[in-house]
Amino acid sequence: MAAPIIEARAIHKHFGALHVLKGVDLQVAERELVFVIGPSGSGKSTLLRCLNRLETPASGSVVVDGIDLLARATDINRARQRIGMVFQSFNLYPHMTALGNVTLALRKVAGKTAAEAEALGLAALDRVGLRDRAGHTPGQLSGGQAQRVAIARAIALEPRVMLFDEPTSALDPELVGSVLAVMRELRQDGMTMVVVSHEMGFARAAADRVVFMDDGQIVEQGAPAAIFEAPQEARTRAFIGQIQRH
Amino acid sequence: MTSWERFLDTFFNAKVMAKYWPDILYGMWVTIELAVLVVITGIASGLLLALLRAAGIRPLNWLMIFVVDVLRALPPLVIIVLIYFGLPSVDIAPSGFVSTWAALALVLMAFSEEIFWSGITAVPRGQWEASRSTGLSFTQTLFFVVLPQALRMTIPPLTSRTIAITKGTALGSVVAVSEILGQASSAVSNSYNPSPLMLGAAAYLVLFIPVVVAGRWVETRFAWKK
Repeated sequence: MAAPIIEARAIHKHFGALHVLKGVDLQVAERELVFVIGPSGSGKSTLLRCLNRLETPASGSVVVDGIDLLARATDINRARQRIGMVFQSFNLYPHMTALGNVTLALRKVAGKTAAEAEALGLAALDRVGLRDRAGHTPGQLSGGQAQRVAIARAIALEPRVMLFDEPTSALDPELVGSVLAVMRELRQDGMTMVVVSHEMGFARAAADRVVFMDDGQIVEQGAPAAIFEAPQEARTRAFIGQIQRH
Repeated sequence: MTSWERFLDTFFNAKVMAKYWPDILYGMWVTIELAVLVVITGIASGLLLALLRAAGIRPLNWLMIFVVDVLRALPPLVIIVLIYFGLPSVDIAPSGFVSTWAALALVLMAFSEEIFWSGITAVPRGQWEASRSTGLSFTQTLFFVVLPQALRMTIPPLTSRTIAITKGTALGSVVAVSEILGQASSAVSNSYNPSPLMLGAAAYLVLFIPVVVAGRWVETRFAWKK
């Protein structure tokens, strides 16, 4: 295996008295799709947010694409261009059109001219199948469309890795498919992805590895079939049993 | 003379009005000047303070909150009097016009800072996170993502507060500013007739009804389309 593109080591994170991450190690190889599952409060979202320093770990190290995110000298804004993130609640900018959402960072961070940014933005919207919605504002989009615009906003910067924080949890069931289809295409294009989600069907079909977290630690990880069909740990079995009953 | 005629003669005395309307007109210009200066400087400095507060420098913010609370608690008239009669004792002698401007601008600064600040904090955290995750800096996020949304939310409360404080220009009459009320009341003393006050009231209506109507238009125009 080549050197991992994401390498998090011994991450600890506290929220006040709460010890949310208790020494988590996570390596992700290039082109790998890693699914992180676990009960709510297990620390999986916090772990994901440590991978682009939206949360700063108390100790440990996070290296993404060769950049030490926790080093003082690191320009975090430059580093974040290489790390796309998609949020549960989309977080589109409501005062801008879909195209405006996608081009803002292209113009202000990547230093593209307005014309270059527009061309790249339209191309990104095209990739998520929403080029014809470029002029719509977020309020005029369905949840599924909004989340795809959010994905376009992230991939327009040509990131090396993509982080997904429960990307389909806020969607009506009939809209989930369109978002997963876009994620599947990203996967086929070789994007490295870390996904916090409970879309087990998608995990089975697309993930290289499933990581099960509980109580701030990684309890068990392995191929999807191994984790879902033959979990070794009691906590994993209990969790898998629970979500499969639903 | 019937009582109706007596009423008209007292409050709408044509001769007195004819004599003093140029004074009231002059007062209108002073009021407009004062109001425009107060609105521009008050809102600009309030916005500046709110942006500074967003930077999150603790001791500075405590100081800012204290000053803003004091300015919001004091009656504007007290601040005008303090500036006009107090500052000369430290060898600064602002005119009545400057005192009124400074006092009302300070009050508007304090209120608009609070309004801008509540707008900024009302923008969901996810907006900050999404913007920062694409590499925009704190300042870029503030200006391109958060502020446009915050300003939109602040327009209705800011409009009504601005109108309320702008009407405070009438307080300038206490420190000899020749704005509408000042002109009207000196005309009343000179003519022994209250008709100039009616003219003054009419002048305020002429000035502020369009502002109030425009304010309502702005409020509906900028309401969020859900």
